[in-house]
Amino acid sequence: MPDIDMDAPGTTLLLMGNEAIARGALEAGIGFAASYPGTPSSEILPAIAEVAKRRGIYAEWSVNEMVAMESATSASLAGIRAIASMKQNGVNVISDFLANLVMSGVGSGLVLVSCDDPGQRNSSNDQDTRPVAKWLDIPMLEPGDFQEAKDMTKWLFDLSEELDTVCMLRCVSKISHTRGNVKLGELPRTEHKVNFDADNRQRGRGARRHDLLHQKLDKARERFESSPFNRYVGPDKAELLIITCGSCWLHSQEAVRILNLEDKVGILKLGTSWPLPEKFVERHLSKSQKILFVEEIDPFVERSVMELVANLPSTGQHPTFYGKRSGHVNAYGELNPDTVIKAITTIMGLTYQPRDIEYEKEVEALSKSYVITRPGTLCPGCPHRASYWAIKNALRLDGRNGFITNDIGCYGVGPTAAGFFVGRNGYCMGAGAGMANGFGKLGQFSFNQPVLAACGDSTFYHAAIPALIDGIHHHSNFILVVFDNGATAMTGFQPHPGIGETAMGEPARAVSIEAICRSMGIRVEVCDPFDFKNTTATLLDMMAMDGDVRVLIMKRECELIRARREKPPYRVYVDPDKCIGEACGCDRLCTRLFLCPGLIWNKKTGKAEIDEIICSGCGVCVDICPQGAIIREAT
Amino acid sequence: MTTKTLMKDPLNLIVIGAAGQGNVQISLLIGDALVRKGYLVTFGQTYGATQRGGSVTNYVRISKEVQCSPIVPEGRADIILALEPVEAMRMLRRYGNPDVITIVNSRAIHPIDITGGQAEYPELDELLDAIKRLSAKAWVINATEEAQRLGDPILANVILTGALIGSSTLPLDKESLEPLLQERFPKAFELNMAAFSRGIELVSQ
Repeated sequence: MPDIDMDAPGTTLLLMGNEAIARGALEAGIGFAASYPGTPSSEILPAIAEVAKRRGIYAEWSVNEMVAMESATSASLAGIRAIASMKQNGVNVISDFLANLVMSGVGSGLVLVSCDDPGQRNSSNDQDTRPVAKWLDIPMLEPGDFQEAKDMTKWLFDLSEELDTVCMLRCVSKISHTRGNVKLGELPRTEHKVNFDADNRQRGRGARRHDLLHQKLDKARERFESSPFNRYVGPDKAELLIITCGSCWLHSQEAVRILNLEDKVGILKLGTSWPLPEKFVERHLSKSQKILFVEEIDPFVERSVMELVANLPSTGQHPTFYGKRSGHVNAYGELNPDTVIKAITTIMGLTYQPRDIEYEKEVEALSKSYVITRPGTLCPGCPHRASYWAIKNALRLDGRNGFITNDIGCYGVGPTAAGFFVGRNGYCMGAGAGMANGFGKLGQFSFNQPVLAACGDSTFYHAAIPALIDGIHHHSNFILVVFDNGATAMTGFQPHPGIGETAMGEPARAVSIEAICRSMGIRVEVCDPFDFKNTTATLLDMMAMDGDVRVLIMKRECELIRARREKPPYRVYVDPDKCIGEACGCDRLCTRLFLCPGLIWNKKTGKAEIDEIICSGCGVCVDICPQGAIIREAT
Repeated sequence: MTTKTLMKDPLNLIVIGAAGQGNVQISLLIGDALVRKGYLVTFGQTYGATQRGGSVTNYVRISKEVQCSPIVPEGRADIILALEPVEAMRMLRRYGNPDVITIVNSRAIHPIDITGGQAEYPELDELLDAIKRLSAKAWVINATEEAQRLGDPILANVILTGALIGSSTLPLDKESLEPLLQERFPKAFELNMAAFSRGIELVSQ
């Protein structure tokens, strides 16, 4: 990680968008940072936490986004600039608090960072959080490059104080998770003076506060009219005007350059996307009679500009709008320079040939036979594979068509081949427990399938506890299976309340999942998923005990964490004399079903092998081979 | 041995591999070295699948004038550095052109449907021939084997970084990478430097 508190104004670093946001917060003199891990937002908090102690900052991985936002608000009210960062789903989690927070004021600057994941490459949904800003009247900026990610973050703290309201930065994967040049600014030496005025009540009464909020928004609009984050590049009269924001600013410029249309196509780049700087936009609308909107994911700016135009005095011809509504740009997923090129050339009736046509034909012909798909799977040695193996076998032996409701995390592969297709209906954090709780209440309708719920250790603290309590209280019938690998593994091994360390590396009191569950007076079992025999037997026994909530904790450390600390426990190999291949009748159980990348099927010899470079040496596969052909030797 | 200026502007380097192969490290090393030399660098990534086994693409876009989009437009790769042969072909399919230069590690990584025997990996020699046919110039390097010879397969990345520098396609030389390797690998600098030098040698042969 680069040195983000480098005290060298003017130096240029190659920073990830998230690191630039963290740097912007440092330059704004923040004292408090809270977050819950979620791609593509996960790097902001660690970048701050890394330098927190020496800069007198408090930084934490909160138990969930709601707690992060509430904690940051308390700090703000006590006079400390505070930032809460999260992915799009986190903004859903905090929405109730946020909808009330906006009706009140802040103390020192309070900034919410939402990192959206267009195309849901690392998410459960393809969701745009900008409508939240419009819905809740929150001033919002969108960085168009890496420098702006830093500069906007810094400025939002000033704006938040000036307007006396929470402000929002909406970032996307292609800024948050990519890198570019960032010129550093000054780092202040901030002495944080803390005081919460206990006599101060929330300003205004009832719905009056809503009116006050609208006035704050009007003031934000005024400030945005002259913001350097909005600009126009292109000719005075353009054949086409592109209105864009976020990373699409970079894609749009590139598309125009590639097509050599700099003197025909203008680009209006908006950094202050809510509220729209109406006069600024209006001035540039006259540049062209054709307007193309390029933004990710929803037609947010597109609709706002249409609203604006609808309110203009009708003075002649209405421009033609192109974008998501017209179908020239997708209203889902991620965009790139090629999608913008396609939209421009379609509107302007141009042809574009990206490369030599003969080459194109040859590469298509050759790649057809050589390009194979690469489905994702669990890592070699992952304890979740073993957990799912035991669950699959227990469900089959039980024979009552049982299933496991899915959740968010590495074990989200439950519904795929890597989870042996046992997972069902994954929605959001904690929904595995919530859905199982619901199924478990259907007994009076003669529902008799065994129901299991998947839940990670971090997810347990984040969102599963209310469903568990509800289930116990209402005598629901399900087994909560906690995939406890001692980390928030999917997003990069951030600590959570079950781990004895904070984001700042300080010792912390670990809150035990087992103790919490036992305190509720239900049956709780702890298994090592690598012990297939015992885990499967325990599961079967728990499934037989119908009519209550039960908890099974699958406890084994994430293999990637173990491997960082120590050498592999075993050398694993296949004894070619014992592996009898297709003659076995196991139908290649190890390579076709178990799907550890370290196990490979050698077509020539007709036997299984271990890929020693990929194998993590966990040795668990020894117990799945019916012939005992996989051998492990302690290292 | 090295070009000191950009062959073209922007210059587009794609580093591709299966997830977990460490291709991000290579791209970062190159990106940092270029920013120190005063270039505008945009370094983008796309993931095929998050967990192990999916492919990860890194786009390193280098310019004297503009901050590029993080994604290379179709047909516009100048250099493809592939940690895996099928991944090289995947990139040529979308980003290749008659002038592209390819450096490819010949070690195949089998996805789970191939390790499981449901699909087949292409015949390696034919695949490498096709890669050469589709590139103006291509180097095939057995980086994994070379790395094992140096004592650790993880060094394959550094060997390939060496090959990239040795190919004289970037405005960087051995000396500009040395201090960065020292910073990244303070404990195992000598070993990494040996791997880096071996990579340079492999493309000079």
